[in-house]
Amino acid sequence: MTIKKIRVLVAKVGLDGHDRGAKVLARFLRDAGFEVIYTGLHRTPQEVAMAAVDEDVDVVGISLHSGAHLTLVPKVIKYIEEFGGNPSEMLILVGGIIPTDDIPKLKSQGVDEVFIPGTPIDEIIEYIKTNVAKKKQLLKEKVDQ
Amino acid sequence: MMGIDKKRQEWEEKCLKPWLKIAKEREEKFETLSGIEVKRVYDPLDIQHIDYTKDIGYPGEFPFTRGVYPTMYRGRLWTMRQFSGFGTAEDTNVRWKMLLAEGETGLSTAFDFPTLMGIDSDDPLADGEVGKVGVAVDTLKDFEILFEGIPLDKISTSFTINPPAAIILAMYVIIGDMQGVAREQIRGTIQNDMLKEFHAQNTLVLPPEPSVKIIIDIFEWGIENVPKFNLISISGYHIREAGSTAVQELAFTIADGMAYVEAAIERGIDVDRLAPQLSFFFNSHNDFFEEIAKFRAARRMWAKIMRDEYGAKNPRSWWLKFHTQTAGCSLTAQQPLNNIVRTTVQALAAVLGGTQSLHTNSFDEAWALPSEEAVRVALRTQQILAHESGVANTIDPLAGSYYVEWLTDKMEKLAWKYIEQIRKMGEGSMLRGVLKGIENGFFVKEISNAAARYQKEIEEGKRIIVGVNKFTIEEELKIPILKVDPEVQRRQIERLRRIKAERDNKSVKDALDWLRSAAENDENVMPPILEAVKCYATVGEIMGVLKKVYGTYKKPIII
Repeated sequence: MTIKKIRVLVAKVGLDGHDRGAKVLARFLRDAGFEVIYTGLHRTPQEVAMAAVDEDVDVVGISLHSGAHLTLVPKVIKYIEEFGGNPSEMLILVGGIIPTDDIPKLKSQGVDEVFIPGTPIDEIIEYIKTNVAKKKQLLKEKVDQ
Repeated sequence: MMGIDKKRQEWEEKCLKPWLKIAKEREEKFETLSGIEVKRVYDPLDIQHIDYTKDIGYPGEFPFTRGVYPTMYRGRLWTMRQFSGFGTAEDTNVRWKMLLAEGETGLSTAFDFPTLMGIDSDDPLADGEVGKVGVAVDTLKDFEILFEGIPLDKISTSFTINPPAAIILAMYVIIGDMQGVAREQIRGTIQNDMLKEFHAQNTLVLPPEPSVKIIIDIFEWGIENVPKFNLISISGYHIREAGSTAVQELAFTIADGMAYVEAAIERGIDVDRLAPQLSFFFNSHNDFFEEIAKFRAARRMWAKIMRDEYGAKNPRSWWLKFHTQTAGCSLTAQQPLNNIVRTTVQALAAVLGGTQSLHTNSFDEAWALPSEEAVRVALRTQQILAHESGVANTIDPLAGSYYVEWLTDKMEKLAWKYIEQIRKMGEGSMLRGVLKGIENGFFVKEISNAAARYQKEIEEGKRIIVGVNKFTIEEELKIPILKVDPEVQRRQIERLRRIKAERDNKSVKDALDWLRSAAENDENVMPPILEAVKCYATVGEIMGVLKKVYGTYKKPIII
């Protein structure tokens, strides 16, 4: 049996064009053995959610440098649900320019983790591996019950 | 030189070699941030191919390696111009007045994303973005508030604006009209550089060709009507922020500049009339000497290009005037006060490189837009350099440094290689070459590869970022963070609706019809845009017409 690769959607949402972080991360995740899908620029929350559901990803990584995270990220999560996905089964990650006070606000709305600038990419890779496995385990237990 | 040659060999044998036997160097190989190998020590032999009178010369004279003005900062200090804007026009007007009161000497406008992208605050795509990274501008009304109490004949303003650059220029000109300032007198800059948007910054609305067409319209109108206004700021800043090396920043910026000049010449514009209204914008990153060399090389290259390639006759046309911003991408979220030190070193490089104006970043910008305290420290950094350090008292003090002159020359040579490669892509034309490089992803790939290489060095610990991958601490963030009032979007939309209800909608429609017909018939779009702005047409309405005529652009995905 082959182990299914972890599928990651790296997304740019909103009008923000700063894609250096998203693209560099996409490369490193790909090199680490993940299946990476990059949305490209200027996607609406609907487009990102649709891609997450269509591509059946394990992880949605949203990059923002626009200050619009408190509006746009909850929208992505809402639309994933509307389009028939289950956001709680996915790992929802946010990166970019995010003031500390906003981190708990994002987490209370369904974001699993927020990575600030300077986070070592190895830390992100480890986080994804550990937590995707955890989510799958939880899901399996739920199904078994 | 014979004597030096001998002396050098002697030093290597008798002094260096025994030393290296007992004390190894820190690295096998030393490199600049751009990967240029740096020798242990430089001496006159390294620069013997450089002719002082021909290649370096005196400030104010060809090839301007030492500066564009004969007296540089002894005459007038650089303009201290902090990029600033947030919330509504009222909020930004207050911040601007604070900065001017604190000693800032020029204004620089940060717009929010909807304005940058040419959509209105009530557009569904603008939700959550209004007033966030800059000031929200929908109509002339916002400009009236923004410039309340700011006399256009006394202060120059720079606008970081690209697809809607023509609209913002029109607004500024009309504010000048309202204040009774002659159009010939208004001073300022619109960024208006779309090519680098395709390479790096991604504020993308129209396809490349019509984007360039509108830029040339602005040139054509601007040289007749606003002769003291910089009609473009040809920008390397964003190319560097996207991850390029210093050499790529230098080469791609100069290449873009050549592309614009060629497009203007194709339109029949006299190069000597246009040249004084061109300006440049560079990044100042961490590698101190490399940045200084880059600025010096840029001036020398542009002078040669304008004189020898494009036949500009007026020495004034050979000047490369530039604005500098310290490197936003070098700021760290960790131990944010360290950013003050980074910014100081970068600002010093810009000054020693002969910049005409400077923005210093604030220490909290890896977290949010700067707080009042942070922006004050940033401005004070410039003031301390200007008034306390003594560096502004003599011109180009690093000229003659064996290393700096060698590196200036080296960077110029490496940049020329790229330019020739681009020219080849365009079969002799820089304009076609740059457009080709956009189409085939050349620029994006070059920059992405450099960005990935840089990140890899950090991840592997080969490149040390203090406080990030070395000298780290457990910390709790204690700096104050600027909060943009969440009511901004609602208030801005309310104002927009009110304007739309109160304005003369018939004249708006007529102006927009005129614009559509001008765009369709390949006429200059500036006159109808001025008319539309005057009637309080919105940024989104005006861009909407252009989008209908020219179509929109979706960037190909290249990781």
